[in-house]
Amino acid sequence: MPPFRRALRPTALIATLAAPLVLGGCDLVVMNPSGDVARQQADLILWSTFLMLLIIVPVMALTVLFAFKYRASNRDAEYQPDWDHSTRIELVIWSAPLLIIIALGALTWLATHKLDPYRPLDRIAPGKPITANDKPLEIQVVSLDWKWLFIYPEQGIATVNELVLPADRQVRFRLTSSSVMNTFYVPALAGMIYTMPGMETKLHAVMNKVGSFEGVSANYSGAGFSDMRFPTLSVDPAGFEQWVAKTKASDTALDASEYLTLEKPSEKVPAMHFGTIEAGLFDRIVQMCVKPGSTCTSHMMHHGSGAQQVAPPVNDKPGEGADGALMKSPDEMKTSPHLMHPHGAPAGKSEPGAESNRNMTRMDAPAYPGRAAAGEA
Amino acid sequence: MSETLTKMIFGRLSLESLPLHEPIVVATFCGVAIGGIALLGALTYFRLWGYLWKEWFTTVDHKRIGIMYMVLGLVMLLRGFADAIMMRAQQAMAFGANEGYLNAHHYDQIFTAHGVIMIFFVAMPFVTGLMNFVVPLQIGARDVSFPFLNNFSFWMTAAGAALVMASLFIGEFARTGWLAMAPLSGLDYSPDVGVDYYIWALQIAGVGTLLSGVNLVATIVKMRAPGMGLMKMPVFTWTALATNILIVAAFPVLTAVLAMLSLDRYVGTQFFTNTGGGNPMMYVNMIWIWGHPEVYILILPAFGIFSEVTSTFSGKRLFGYTSMVYAVLVITILSYLVWLHHFFTMGSGASVNSFFGITTMIISIPTGAKIFNWLFTMYKGRIRFELPMMWTIAFMLTFVIGGMTGVLLAVPPADFVLHNSLFLVAHFHNVIIGGVLFGLFAGINYWWPKAFGFKLDKKWGLVSFWCWVVGFWVAFTPLYVLGLMGVTRRLRHFEDPSLQIWFVVAAIGAAIIAVGIAAFLLQIFVSIRNREALKDESGDPWNARTLEWATSSPPPAYNFAFTPIIRDLDAWYDMKANNAKRPVAGFLPIHMPKNTGAGIILAGFSLVFGFAMIWYVWWLAAASFLGLVVTAIAHTFNYDRDFYIPVEEVTETENARTQVLARLGA
Amino acid sequence: MSATTVQTGDTPVFYQLEEEHHEPGGSTLLGFWMYLMSDCLIFAMLFAAWGVYGTSFAGGPTSHELFKLPLVAVNTAMLLFSSITYGFAMIAMQEKRQGAVQAWLALTAVFGAAFLCIELYEFSELIHEGAGPWRSAFLSSFFTLVGTHGLHVTFGLIWLFTLMVQVARKGLIPANVRRLQCLSLFWHFLDVVWIGVFTFVYLFGAMR
Repeated sequence: MPPFRRALRPTALIATLAAPLVLGGCDLVVMNPSGDVARQQADLILWSTFLMLLIIVPVMALTVLFAFKYRASNRDAEYQPDWDHSTRIELVIWSAPLLIIIALGALTWLATHKLDPYRPLDRIAPGKPITANDKPLEIQVVSLDWKWLFIYPEQGIATVNELVLPADRQVRFRLTSSSVMNTFYVPALAGMIYTMPGMETKLHAVMNKVGSFEGVSANYSGAGFSDMRFPTLSVDPAGFEQWVAKTKASDTALDASEYLTLEKPSEKVPAMHFGTIEAGLFDRIVQMCVKPGSTCTSHMMHHGSGAQQVAPPVNDKPGEGADGALMKSPDEMKTSPHLMHPHGAPAGKSEPGAESNRNMTRMDAPAYPGRAAAGEA
Repeated sequence: MSETLTKMIFGRLSLESLPLHEPIVVATFCGVAIGGIALLGALTYFRLWGYLWKEWFTTVDHKRIGIMYMVLGLVMLLRGFADAIMMRAQQAMAFGANEGYLNAHHYDQIFTAHGVIMIFFVAMPFVTGLMNFVVPLQIGARDVSFPFLNNFSFWMTAAGAALVMASLFIGEFARTGWLAMAPLSGLDYSPDVGVDYYIWALQIAGVGTLLSGVNLVATIVKMRAPGMGLMKMPVFTWTALATNILIVAAFPVLTAVLAMLSLDRYVGTQFFTNTGGGNPMMYVNMIWIWGHPEVYILILPAFGIFSEVTSTFSGKRLFGYTSMVYAVLVITILSYLVWLHHFFTMGSGASVNSFFGITTMIISIPTGAKIFNWLFTMYKGRIRFELPMMWTIAFMLTFVIGGMTGVLLAVPPADFVLHNSLFLVAHFHNVIIGGVLFGLFAGINYWWPKAFGFKLDKKWGLVSFWCWVVGFWVAFTPLYVLGLMGVTRRLRHFEDPSLQIWFVVAAIGAAIIAVGIAAFLLQIFVSIRNREALKDESGDPWNARTLEWATSSPPPAYNFAFTPIIRDLDAWYDMKANNAKRPVAGFLPIHMPKNTGAGIILAGFSLVFGFAMIWYVWWLAAASFLGLVVTAIAHTFNYDRDFYIPVEEVTETENARTQVLARLGA
Repeated sequence: MSATTVQTGDTPVFYQLEEEHHEPGGSTLLGFWMYLMSDCLIFAMLFAAWGVYGTSFAGGPTSHELFKLPLVAVNTAMLLFSSITYGFAMIAMQEKRQGAVQAWLALTAVFGAAFLCIELYEFSELIHEGAGPWRSAFLSSFFTLVGTHGLHVTFGLIWLFTLMVQVARKGLIPANVRRLQCLSLFWHFLDVVWIGVFTFVYLFGAMR
């Protein structure tokens, strides 16, 4: 049956092309990750794809087959211009997808509950369950414009743009954002989760291999978004202790005022280390009250519940959000320059990390720890 | 002049607002200006202004309005695609030390504009245009229910498009992504005019979309030819009905959420701010409550086109008409129950995520049934591989892959690793290009002879077809792979050099698509030049089945001299099969709506109002708003809105048609 | 569905040879109804926002402190009266008593204007007390919901005046009757929305 063989050809071709990608896979980090959670997510992708291919492949094959067999020039093929109904076929075409969706739906329900990022892990790796004694490592993550702050509350240290994890230990991330939304995503570790201002999200994960991986922000957050990457280092427990000790030795401290400096927009920030941290900083960030004198919102975004307290009434405009445009007098109104106006060196020539890059994206580049004031050039 | 006075007059508009320092934009502006002046000059030289104004701009004829929508969509397609090419080029070169040629400020506007333009000002006008043109013909009506509103809707859409285009040369467009997610789109993080352009362009165009939705629903419900019960409506009309119901039920949500965002920006309210009790997640929820139905607003008419095309070119009745109709209705309803799947990763509970994941998967059941129905329409048919049919088969092979990746993304834990990745980008281009766009091309090739009386050139059509299909796969397969490599979207610059090859391949794919677009333009150009050779006088070049082919091509202003009576789903096929005789005498004067300039004037005032609001020119905003209200009131004082086409004119037109048909029949 | 068409004894008729008289504007009420439903969705979103933000006081004044129910009750009465008087206008319209229609419409306008004035007074009081829409999300959603309703009433009034002039000039011709019917739908729709506002915003808000 030559047409049928012909029909199979494209799918076979795709399979041959895809095979090296899946098997040879060190590139495909999503399909070949190093953390147990991401591993299970990758398996789920494969299973779901397989289930769906059960119906996709026949449909594609039949499309090509019918298109070929019933071409107008083929006068041998049967022609029934008025045939438009068959209860048996209708039953099949509704029930076949339905069955697959039932299977996939069941899989989805189970996997979604099992891999819920808020749910503490029950295993480090296949066959290695977590006991009550294995306390997770807590890391508090804050996305800033445009860099990542990682606070290790137990260790009393913090880093910027560098995430270090002990391998084979459950990590509980508590995440928030200082200004706009971002997504915390280390493809090799686990799925992504949003970081949102004034709200806290959680993610449980474990890294099973030692090595260096990449983390990114996966949600566009403004001009410096492209460089919101952070190296993610997975080290053995001894190495982690060593790294903590080394970081603790750093004499920079992360307190509220330091944080407020850090919070200002900056790009391509090199890794920074803080040997001491102010207690409770993360909770104040979540409640948007790091700035002295600001009222905490106590509006925590816990899983599914929006607990809320009412602070004593004060009748002034809260926060420091901008006034609405209609409220401004003409004198307050800034003309809106086309922001590309003062260029540094032309794009495409500069080195990454060079000061001139910053000029193209941001007019004012405030000083922040680890980097001097820049951007006047 | 004091600075205060200047600001009162010009708001925040100043000479600095012009991108005079940006060579790419200045060059583009020069190109557009020269082209525009040449066009205006030509129009003046050939004295076409009066003709355009009388016959087109002020027309209430649904066919001409439909064609104007298509022209708008085509122009905006070129703009949107230019953005796409620029993004592909940037991503293909910006590795390591090379920063590419676009800075973040420019690049971020481009990907925002690309999304906004392609959805709101390409796909929507194309879809609305086709529905406008075809639906009244298919149901045997003489026009839509509200012909003036139809004209007004078009001009509002065009005014929105004009605002987006203005943002290219005056100020800037939003740098937020196409949905302008809060709090990034709030005044605190986007203080400039970009988001205001976004808001007002969408609000103004949204009025047009909503009214055209109301109009078409009323048309389909009220103006069907006698005998056409709901279950005798052509499938395209069914999908148009479902789409317009979705428009009426979804666009108000967009209006409301954008209104709240603009209150945040203009009045300082606290809806989506980080402070003052505001909640940005509310924005995300609300915009996707509109956003997901929007996807079906685009794809359902494409499904309708494929149904018409498959049935016509297989020479067969559509298989499973009833289940097709129910599938459309199920999709319509379910499209409101899935919005949360756009943000599984925001930390909703597992049960909520599962619920929305599974409802999303359920949509694939009716969609799958539709694919099977097309498949079995081909089965035991006589398939003619004309261009519309080729687009349809390409759609069936492409769309199922997009559907599969879509269902994959609906599995929440899988979405956790694929959300916001290039896999996602590849998926929605797979369904929007492979579904909506292929459908539109099928539709354009299918109905072109009806609109203009000659077919489109097949040779260039084939070039365009193959470039699009091949280009699509070359451009987006790499993005699927990159997504699985953990690469996320909207990035301007990359560090890992091993990724570059995939982006280069994707850029080559975009270049092939560019050839496809060029070939499409050439196809139109060549066809117009060879229109005598490609002429179809019969009015039914494809041996088609539905009512629009019963009249001449192009149809007369009144569509049908006598209203047809419908006895069967494939009304025109039924007429042909039973040798229905077209009446050749006894014509009557025909009651038709009059053209009016009110629509274009109202849209003009809206455009000025939007522009003034964007630039904080309050006096102009107030003045144009007053103009808007006064014009609208003045328009209601015009009671003289219809006229009769005299019987002599009808007789003359119809006699000419009789002669042509006699000549063809002889 | 059978493929061949049903053959009855006589030959099938494919064209309607006599022009059916189409009522001009036959779809107007349906179209206007659909517009109202879309408008209703805008209000639904604003109510949803109220549902979410109704207690987001952000440390500012609460609904319990701010809402003055007696004033709102008077306001509600104004709007309900205007609805009744509009109903009388419609009855008069059916009896083709143009003068009565105009009188009732004028009375409707008076009540509508009173409603608007009370609402504006309430707004100005609130802003004066430092409880403007920018104070908290609660106040933002309150002002937006109530203000959007007020805006609708304003446009309803403009429309009402326009119609009164048109009725005065052209009389109760079919086109004007149709317009009066549409405005009637609109006016009663605003009434229904206000019932929702009164219940969910003011009553429930004051009880918090």
